[in-house]
Amino acid sequence: MIRSINDPEHPLSLEELNVVEQIRVKVNDAESIVGIEFTPTIPHCSMATLIGLSIKVKLLRSLPNRFKIDVHITPGTHASEDAVNKQLADKERVAAALENSSLLEVVNQCLSTKSS
Amino acid sequence: MAADSTLLLSLVEEYVSGLQDSKAKDTATGIKDGQFTILQLVEALGLSLTSSQPHTRARGVQLLSEVLQECHEGLTEGEVEVLIAFFENRLKDHYVITPPVLQGLRALTKCTVLPPGSAVSMLRSLFQDVHVQSLMLTERSCVYKMLINLMESREAELKGLGADFVFGFLQSMDGERDPRNLLLAFQIANNIIHRGYDLGKFAEELFEVTSCYFPIDFTPPPNDPHGISKEELVQMLRNVLTGTPKFAEFLLPLIIEKLDSDVLSAKLDSLQTLTACVSQYEHKDLAEFLEGLWASLRREVFQTSSEKIESAGLDALTAITSCLSRSVLNSDSEDSLCTFLDLVLRDCKHHLSEPDLKLVWPSAKLLQAACSASNRASHIITAAVMPSLLEQYDNRTQCSHRRTILEVVQRFVQSVKTSQSAEKEESVFVAFRPSLCTMVFSALNENNSSLQKTATSVLTSLAQQPGLLLDSDIELAVDHLTKLLLAEEDEGVSLAVVECAGALAELYPEAFITKLIPRLKMEMFSDPIDQDNNRAVSEHQSHHAVCKRCLSALAAVSTQARIVHESTPVLLEVLSSAHTGSVGFSVDQVVLACRSLQRIAEKVQDTEETGRCFHDLVIPRLLSLSLQAALQGEESSGHRSPLLEESVLSAMVPVISTSCSRLQPALAEQTALKAVSLFLNGDVSSLPNNSFPSHIQLLKQGDSWSQSQLVCLLMGCVCSLPRSVEVPQVEQLLSELEEMSCTCTHPLSYTSAAKCFAGLINKRPQGEDLDRLIQRTMKRVYTELDSASSSACTQAFTLLVWVAKALLLRYHPLSTTLTDKLFSLLDNADLGPMAAESFSLLMSDTTDLLNRGCHADVRIMYRQRFFSENSAKLVQGFNAAPQEKKTNYLKALSNIVNNLPKQVQISELPRLLSLLLEALSCPDQAVQLSTLSCLEPVLADPLPALIQQLEALINRLIALNSSPAMSVRIASLRCIHAVSHFPEHEILPFRARVLRALARPLDDKKRLVRTEAVRARGEWFLLGSPGGR
Repeated sequence: MIRSINDPEHPLSLEELNVVEQIRVKVNDAESIVGIEFTPTIPHCSMATLIGLSIKVKLLRSLPNRFKIDVHITPGTHASEDAVNKQLADKERVAAALENSSLLEVVNQCLSTKSS
Repeated sequence: MAADSTLLLSLVEEYVSGLQDSKAKDTATGIKDGQFTILQLVEALGLSLTSSQPHTRARGVQLLSEVLQECHEGLTEGEVEVLIAFFENRLKDHYVITPPVLQGLRALTKCTVLPPGSAVSMLRSLFQDVHVQSLMLTERSCVYKMLINLMESREAELKGLGADFVFGFLQSMDGERDPRNLLLAFQIANNIIHRGYDLGKFAEELFEVTSCYFPIDFTPPPNDPHGISKEELVQMLRNVLTGTPKFAEFLLPLIIEKLDSDVLSAKLDSLQTLTACVSQYEHKDLAEFLEGLWASLRREVFQTSSEKIESAGLDALTAITSCLSRSVLNSDSEDSLCTFLDLVLRDCKHHLSEPDLKLVWPSAKLLQAACSASNRASHIITAAVMPSLLEQYDNRTQCSHRRTILEVVQRFVQSVKTSQSAEKEESVFVAFRPSLCTMVFSALNENNSSLQKTATSVLTSLAQQPGLLLDSDIELAVDHLTKLLLAEEDEGVSLAVVECAGALAELYPEAFITKLIPRLKMEMFSDPIDQDNNRAVSEHQSHHAVCKRCLSALAAVSTQARIVHESTPVLLEVLSSAHTGSVGFSVDQVVLACRSLQRIAEKVQDTEETGRCFHDLVIPRLLSLSLQAALQGEESSGHRSPLLEESVLSAMVPVISTSCSRLQPALAEQTALKAVSLFLNGDVSSLPNNSFPSHIQLLKQGDSWSQSQLVCLLMGCVCSLPRSVEVPQVEQLLSELEEMSCTCTHPLSYTSAAKCFAGLINKRPQGEDLDRLIQRTMKRVYTELDSASSSACTQAFTLLVWVAKALLLRYHPLSTTLTDKLFSLLDNADLGPMAAESFSLLMSDTTDLLNRGCHADVRIMYRQRFFSENSAKLVQGFNAAPQEKKTNYLKALSNIVNNLPKQVQISELPRLLSLLLEALSCPDQAVQLSTLSCLEPVLADPLPALIQQLEALINRLIALNSSPAMSVRIASLRCIHAVSHFPEHEILPFRARVLRALARPLDDKKRLVRTEAVRARGEWFLLGSPGGR
């Protein structure tokens, strides 16, 4: 589901860039928890937060409300891992980010299907 | 006469001073009718032509020109001469006069009586006095059209002008910008080149003037009224540039230069132009540019960015190579083909042997392109490449590498095939035959499915090389294929093997007759259960799979009459031994055997021989076997023959109908006679194994279903005969069929009888006989239907539907009464649902009869016609019907609409929209589904009518999201997804509601539903938010 998200900087999808991989996705249907670890392309990738946000938004839109969604960076692959993880885990900051129309625009661009 | 001249004067006056343009037309008609002559007109114009005001003069000339355009046919040579002299003189006049003068001259160039020398003088003064590029667009086009006209009619004179003409033309087109005029200019240039005008020393100038437009970059404005496309311009320019070898020294460097461009279309155009031009050139034109061209081509193929460019580059390489191959060898000069191919080989060959095989495909493609150009080229290249490829195959250990090499080899074989099809020389590969065979056979024995698949296709290509493989090779190949067929479990491999066997059998039938077919037969008839009853079920299943493969292989190899003669008896034996029970074939296998027979019947060429085979052998055997089974069925001994099963019989029907529909008329007549006499008179003499009782009456077996169901075989036979064949005793046959279809109680029997009746009716010639027959039958059907207690209601109804279909297909006038009856039955309590279903039968294509393959009388667009005639009735009926009957109408409607072609659906839908929306809220799931499936394509482009109903539509679609049927949920989600592409301002109000509603199916228990929900919801989220659409 998230593999077709486009990278904000490249004309490729996250799967093609190996940012998200199947083994790093954990789904627990019974407890309604989805956990995803994503690997930024380089340790200093400035777009890490944006990628995380895109994944999170896509899941929020695509999964039933009951799921708790947890998106964070694969340990040891990004310079400011903790800061990004904290931002992504904070519900209010995610909501606030989505109020920002320019941010939302970038996110939506990542989420538009390639055909359109 | 005096009146005429005053009239003329007044016309002139009104045109020149009164500025009334319509008067020109009046004058022209006057001249055409002979009221006055051109001379008189010129006299009348006298004053205005000599006026001191240039605008008045221009107006006068314009009148003359317009008149001339209308009536240039009627002029005499003398008049033309005078007029030309006048116009030439006027060219020197004030510039406002030039446009009408040019028009006049153009009109004169169309004259057939142009005096000799006038063309030359006209052009001389034109080139001298007018600077074309400073004229307006229409005047420029006028000049070009003049040139074109003159080139058509006065070619010799223009050629007499020599290079001056070319020079004049060059001057006038230099700097042209308008695409419309460019088209004309290119046409002139094309004429100059192709009709052998003397270019003199202007070849380079002509090239410069035209090539500055290359490559053409032109996008027509939207709604372009002139309809000029880029392709047109490109093609015209290409014709000019590639027209003559004189341009070679200029064009080739230009192409090399343009290939460096970044623009894709420029590259593509350059490559295509290159391909086109080298076909005109000789090797000496090319010689000095070969290295440069090769460097560019190699770069384009190795670092290709698009497939189009790659294939264009390969085409260009092929063209160059074949151009070089055409060159005649001189003993002293070096062979340019060899030099060029050395170049190619030097750059490509080492890639073929690199360990990681990275650039193997581009290099192989380049080599193959060169290879396919000519026989000589293929000799040179294969000699250089093949040994190393074969050696590598032996040395490599990885399967994927070996497969790549095999594929490369196959491409080489194929590329050679295209180059030498016409020549009868020895195949290029003769030297490599033994090693190639060894390689292929070893690959077939390999334990890797993709390797095996590739090997089969290599084998096919090798076999298609005429005269390459020896008989012994073929026999070996057949052995290998047989082994694989029997032993291989992998679905894909056996499919490839069957395909390969089919291809080979076409070329070498002998080996297959002697080896493959006996072996398959043996294998199928060896009964594993007899050998050891305790063996596991899996064993039995594998035998089943082997049988299946054998059957399909038999069908695949039967492409030639000789093989058909061998393979059909085997299949028939399968049927007969299944019937007697001597070998335990399951029902499935028997059905498969029938399928194989059908495939053979479909595939074999229409020769007398195979037709006779089916006629003499297959059809009588099938009939007699099933008759035996039917007679035995009644005795009900312990073994029940599989040939009594409905599925087997339905599989036999297509065998009979396909073979019957392809019979030659004489044979078809015989077959019909035999079948009819068997069924009507119980005449069993035509059947083999004649041990039947002589009193059988197959059409009058009221109670024995096993015999009565055989009528479906009769249907297969008589309903698929060509229309020219007369069915014997048809009246009696029809009445018996009618009787049977109305009285018999066995479903297969009465349906088949009804179908058979309909199939015959469809082919009967129009006339009173037919009408009377139909009316008689229908009277009976109506009585059955109307008497509420009748037990034969269903039977009568079936007959009604089939006859209605048969008549509808051929536009018979009576069909309306029958379909009206069907419409009225929608209200019937018992038959309503059935009637609704029957519309899908009425509108869809049937496979076993009443289609074009069976020579039925099918008019085009009968569906549209039916729909447009009846949709109003349907709506009316719906509105009038009581609530509980409305479902039937909706079902009928969705059945009809679903079978209509898409264009009709879209144009007709607005009228039916409210009804369809009603159908969405109807509880019947089948109705919902079919309505949704016909709505979905319509939603793809929003109609205004739909937008008005959006509220209702979305509400209903959302409601259907919670339908118990998965397919309905999926279809409704797809529709919601399609709605998201409607104009944004229309659907934005629904966004929140749809998003909320779509949250529920996200948690659906079916994965397919969830995926659709995610897709739809994602689109709706993007709607109206920044960065979305």
